[in-house]
Amino acid sequence: MSTITVGISDLQVAKGDDVLVTYALGSCVGICLYDQVAKIGGLSHIMLPSSTMNANSAQTPMRFADTAIIMLIKKMEAMGASKIRMKAKIAGGAQMFATVTNSSIANIGQRNVQAVKAVLQQQGIQIVADDTGKNYGRTLHFSPSDCVMRISSANRGKWEW
Amino acid sequence: MALKDYNDLNDIQLDVLREIGNIGSGNAATSLSSMLAQPVQIQVPKISILDYEDVTSALGGPETMIVGLMLSLEDDVSGMLMFLLEKEFAHMTLSTLLCQDIDSFDEIDEMGISAMQEIGNIMAASYVNAISSLTGMTINISVPSVCVDMAGAILSVPAIHYANISDKIIFIENKFSNEAENAVSHVLMIPDVDSLEKIMTNLGIEI
Repeated sequence: MSTITVGISDLQVAKGDDVLVTYALGSCVGICLYDQVAKIGGLSHIMLPSSTMNANSAQTPMRFADTAIIMLIKKMEAMGASKIRMKAKIAGGAQMFATVTNSSIANIGQRNVQAVKAVLQQQGIQIVADDTGKNYGRTLHFSPSDCVMRISSANRGKWEW
Repeated sequence: MALKDYNDLNDIQLDVLREIGNIGSGNAATSLSSMLAQPVQIQVPKISILDYEDVTSALGGPETMIVGLMLSLEDDVSGMLMFLLEKEFAHMTLSTLLCQDIDSFDEIDEMGISAMQEIGNIMAASYVNAISSLTGMTINISVPSVCVDMAGAILSVPAIHYANISDKIIFIENKFSNEAENAVSHVLMIPDVDSLEKIMTNLGIEI
């Protein structure tokens, strides 16, 4: 068993009892995709909703919800996963600073979550667990062996999805 | 040549930012000292231009607990100013201001948060005054918003908001000390790129 760390604007895949982890999701969103039959899982940590608003997006496809999710699906398929069997668990997209009046800063988490949900729906992947929004950071662990998404927070404890 | 992002800054321009940071940190130590009614020493601040991921590791990793204060800059300069205060800093200030002996962040109550907010306000004004008095520009700051959480989660906010402009930020590390304790605070200055250009032009620096 090994632990694979997924950085910001990064994505990784894992098989069997390997564990994928991404630390301190704030307004970013972590997307776990998995094929329970093939025991293949993937984790993507996106920062922004859409690659279409950014001139340099071609160099950083793992940063955007639209391009990163497609990339993750392809990477998992290349390992032998089947897209029809894929399901998703998502977490993050918090509003860290509750009293911010600047709406473009206040909504960054929410915009990310909406974009992730739209891309997953368009790809026909069902979201079976959704731990998004609220106002705190989350660290996410996911292993394709049991397909459980484990969340730990700084001052609200730990829980599972 | 117009500035497109912080990567385009040359050595002279970086020195200007360092000097602004120096003056701001000096002002901040003075205000802190008068607020706490005791002498506060400050070491020469370390100022660097860093990637967000390097900022998180400089803070001790993404899961390090930290107090984040976010303010927006308005008027002649627009952008964001963020203070990241380590636990020792919260301890040093709150023990003096509120006579609370805080060992962990869980113990900071509403009164403590409100005190941190005021500290953020006063320190932010110190930095903004440095820019303002050097350049003659008018800058207003918003009321700070406070968040106590993991460093990585707090930093995701400016990282996302400015992702289309730059992956780098101006990172100032201040080491304060009073008679009893040492405390570290970090300041992130994130002026919008066109504001940065205005600051440079007003200081007579060629762009």
